[in-house]
Amino acid sequence: MSTGKTIQETEQEIVEAFSLFDSWDDKYEYIIDLGKRLPVLDAVHKTDANKVRGCQSAVWLVASYEDGLVHFKADSDAMIVKGLVSMLITVLSGHTPDEILGAKLGFMEEIGMMKHLAQTRSNGLLAMVKQMKHFALAFKMKNQLNHDGN
Amino acid sequence: MSTNANNINTGIIRSQFPILQRMVKDKPLVYLDNAATTQKPQAVIDALVSYYTTCNANIHRGIHTLAEEATAAFEATRDAAQVFINAPSREEVIFTKGTTEGINLVAATWGRKEISAGDEIIISAMEHHSNIVPWQVLCEEKGAQLKVIPVNEIGELDMEVFHQLLSEKTKLVAVVHVSNALGTINPVKEIITAAHAAGAKVLIDGAQSAPHLDIDVQALDCDFFVCSAHKLYGPTGVGVLYGKKAILEAMPVFQGGGEMISEVTFEKTTYNELPYKYEAGTPNIADVIAFKAALDFIAVTGKQNIAQHEQVLLEAATRQLEEIDGLHIIGRAKNKASVISFVIDGVHPQDIGILLDNQGIALRTGHHCTQPLMACFGIPGTSRASFAVYNTLEETEKLTAGLRKAIKMLL
Ligand SMILES: Cc1ncc(COP(=O)(O)O)c(C=O)c1O
Repeated sequence: MSTGKTIQETEQEIVEAFSLFDSWDDKYEYIIDLGKRLPVLDAVHKTDANKVRGCQSAVWLVASYEDGLVHFKADSDAMIVKGLVSMLITVLSGHTPDEILGAKLGFMEEIGMMKHLAQTRSNGLLAMVKQMKHFALAFKMKNQLNHDGN
Repeated sequence: MSTNANNINTGIIRSQFPILQRMVKDKPLVYLDNAATTQKPQAVIDALVSYYTTCNANIHRGIHTLAEEATAAFEATRDAAQVFINAPSREEVIFTKGTTEGINLVAATWGRKEISAGDEIIISAMEHHSNIVPWQVLCEEKGAQLKVIPVNEIGELDMEVFHQLLSEKTKLVAVVHVSNALGTINPVKEIITAAHAAGAKVLIDGAQSAPHLDIDVQALDCDFFVCSAHKLYGPTGVGVLYGKKAILEAMPVFQGGGEMISEVTFEKTTYNELPYKYEAGTPNIADVIAFKAALDFIAVTGKQNIAQHEQVLLEAATRQLEEIDGLHIIGRAKNKASVISFVIDGVHPQDIGILLDNQGIALRTGHHCTQPLMACFGIPGTSRASFAVYNTLEETEKLTAGLRKAIKMLL
């Protein structure tokens, strides 16, 4: 997933992609397409423990930590949410915990997503971001503990 | 904009609801979430403004002109509500915050006094959480048991099981008149007669029936009836609790405070007479007063006409939705009010909600505060369209077209 791009560069790419659409129908079509293309999450990961709280639909999020980089995988039973998660994964996966924790994720505002989605659903989106940052923080702490222990 | 199949001229009706003029996502609003709350006619909005502009005062206490005018207007709503449900007397009409508070009031007063260990309360599998949780809490506190009438696959109550559940242990049957999630109209008259024969009292949750059916609490002979003004073209924060006088008089008080007392000393307080005994504190004066404008709107339009118009919409929408591949209507009771719940193979209701909202169409998606009912059908939720008097056949067509478009995008 590491493409060598910074989080901000990937965000910028998404903003530019969205600027090409002139209707929300097209934007949703694009988001749905991202959702459809998100690799399916293995059924073993679809546990209650991996569910993101605060989402109306079921969203499962798992994270792994390898060579100092965090990788996310996710799934949802709702397609638009899945597309939104897919964007977040594209932006945040393959970065260090510090980069993820520092990400402002202004692209969500810029593409108009927050304003367009009803309040309850954008809360779900925020819950997802929070959970991703939680994972990053947990990996960071664990990493520090390991170093302190050495 | 007008439908001619009945006595409702939707053009004239719609012109009374200013919000229906607005655009959503650059498209004319198609409001199909009426089971959650209805829109308000100009007369209701005007009544709110007029109260605050001309006669705002606390009621029942002052002898000055404003207080007298406000009191008269407040009490006029009680008279209108009495007529609306055909209560025998105005003392039996108690204002609450809504259906939920009405049910909680009965649970906290009548329930606390009358329910004891070993007693049974019967509800149904299609109750709104408002008519489940208060009884669960009460049963837990008293060591009583909650029994549930099951729902069959088309969304009707299993009346055979209901009759078997009834026994001398049954103290209360609390059931929904019309299901908010399925639209089913329940045979409450039969339930009430059987419950009374077994010596039990009956509470009818009329949140969804009051907007669509003629309500006659005397013909029903129910002991309690509750509904919400906001689902009746009226303001939020107002509800009606009807209770039979003898029961209300014998019940302990709900909340203590002003209004509800007759005389207070530190030794003893005597309570005010009905209905004030259950209306502690300054009530929601403005909204109660404005509620009368909503009741007047319904009376002038005619309940029969409203119901007939909504049935036309329900039938048209059902026919149109049935033609959509993979769409299944949940709740196919023979007797239905204007609510259609449905699921679509391979499509999450949330996606339907978002994509229809993008077309200006307001639907409800989710569990509709009836999680146990959704569990009966083995689904997490549905999409729901619910119609009111101002909806049109054109709008049912927009719904169908909107759904087809959304499905095409998603599959
Ligand atoms: C059947 C039913 N009961 C109770 C309620 C609760 O009504 P309120 O929220 O107005 O108290 C509702 C509202 O959704 C309902 O549909």
